[in-house]
Amino acid sequence: MEAQEIKIKSYITKYNNEKKALISILQDIQEEYNYLPQEALKIVSETLDIPLIDIVGVATFYRAFSLEPRGKHLITVCTGTACHVRGGPKILEKFEDMLNIKAGNTTPDAQFTLETVACLGCCAIGPVVVVDTNYYAQTTIRNVDSILKRHRKEEKENEAN
Amino acid sequence: MIKLIINGLEANAEEGWTILETAKFYGLEIPTLCYNEGLSTYGGCRLCLVEIGEGSKAKLVSSCTYPAEDGLVVRTDTKRVIETRRMMIELMLSIAPNSKTIQDLASKFGVKQVRFKIRNEECILCGLCVRMCAEQMDGRAIGFQNRGHKRKISTPFDIKSEVCRLCGGCMYICPVCQLRCQGPQADTAVCNACLTMDPTCLDYYDDLQCWMYDAGRCGTCVREEPEKSDRKEQSTKQ
Ligand code: SF4
Ligand code: SF4
Ligand code: FES
Ligand code: FES
Repeated sequence: MEAQEIKIKSYITKYNNEKKALISILQDIQEEYNYLPQEALKIVSETLDIPLIDIVGVATFYRAFSLEPRGKHLITVCTGTACHVRGGPKILEKFEDMLNIKAGNTTPDAQFTLETVACLGCCAIGPVVVVDTNYYAQTTIRNVDSILKRHRKEEKENEAN
Repeated sequence: MIKLIINGLEANAEEGWTILETAKFYGLEIPTLCYNEGLSTYGGCRLCLVEIGEGSKAKLVSSCTYPAEDGLVVRTDTKRVIETRRMMIELMLSIAPNSKTIQDLASKFGVKQVRFKIRNEECILCGLCVRMCAEQMDGRAIGFQNRGHKRKISTPFDIKSEVCRLCGGCMYICPVCQLRCQGPQADTAVCNACLTMDPTCLDYYDDLQCWMYDAGRCGTCVREEPEKSDRKEQSTKQ
C-alpha cells in the first residue's frame, strides 16, 4: 500500500500538483493499473484537494477510464452506424459467445475485456475491431476466432520469453 | 444600467442580472424548476425558456442563465415558449410521474397527456441536490456520474459517502423525492386534479403550515382566506 501511495503521488508531482492536470494523472494511473483503483482516486483527491466526487465524475464521464479492473487485453467492437449495417452486432455476438461474457465485462481469467464503441472514424474499413492497439479491418465472424487466438498466443510467447 | 425590452416593455437591469432576475424584478412570472435563489444556476430543466431576438433570428434561451444585455428583446409568453415549456413538462412527467412538483406544473400549464414512455425514475437530473450539498451544506458528497442516458446522481463508487453528514439537504430540495399527489386518477401519468380545484392552493400558502401535507393539500384554507372571500362576496353582490 505504501509503495502504491508513493507511486501515485509521483504521478501527481510529475504535473507539479496542478489541478488542471487531473485527466493526465488519471490517464497515467489507468495505464499503470489498467483501471482506476478507488484508493488511488482517494489519494489524488487528497493531494490535489479536489473533492472525491468531482474526480469520480470525471472518471466516469470518459470511456477511456474504468473504475472496474479491466482484462489484460481490451477488445473494442465498433457498433457505429456504418459498422452496424456491415454486421458489427453479429461480430460482437460472436465475441460474446466465444468469451462467454457480455459486452462491458471482463473474462474471469482477466485476459479480455469486451467493449463496444460507436464509430472510430474509419468507417470505410468497417466492421472494425480493435484489440489493444491493433486495428482489424473488414472483420467477419470467421475472423473472430483467429483474432482471439492471435492474442492468446502472443500472451504465451511473452510468458515464455 | 442595462436597457432591454421584455414583452414590449422597457426594462432596466443591473449589471450581472440574468433575464430571469430582471423579469422577476418587474413582476413578470417565469416558471422555474432547477433554479433556486440560494444556489448557482444550472440551466438544466429548460422550464424558464424565453424567446429572444426577432424574426427568423428568434431563439429560445434559458432565462435563468442568460445575462441581460443591452438592447435585448425578450418575450416570455409566445406560442413557441408555451409549447416548448409544455413539452419539457411532459418529458419530465414521463421520467418521474410521481413528483408532486412536476404534477403541479403540469396542472398549471395545462399538460393533459404524456405521449412518452413512462419511465418512473427517481431523478430528473435537475442537479439541485448536487448544488445544495456543495454550496449550502459544504458537503460535496454527491454529484453527476457517467454521461448520456447513463447519467445519474450518486456518491463516489455508489457507497455511503465519507463526507456526507446526513443533513438531508439534498432530499429537502429534490423535486422528485416527495409523496405523489393524491388525485382522483392517481395511477395515470397526469393526474391534473389541481386543475379542477378552485382555486389551486399551490401558489398561496406555505407548505410548512399545511396539516393536509401528506394528503395532498386540499386547498380549503385558501378558500377561507378573508381577502378572497371578501372579493367573492363583492362579486356575488354585483
Ligand atoms: S445529506 Fe449528505 S449528500 Fe445530502 S446534502 Fe447533506 S451532506 Fe450532501
Ligand atoms: S435527485 Fe432530485 S434534486 Fe437531485 S438531480 Fe435528481 S431530481 Fe434533482
Ligand atoms: S461506424 Fe465503425 S468506424 Fe465508423
Ligand atoms: S430554471 Fe432555468 S433551466 Fe431550469
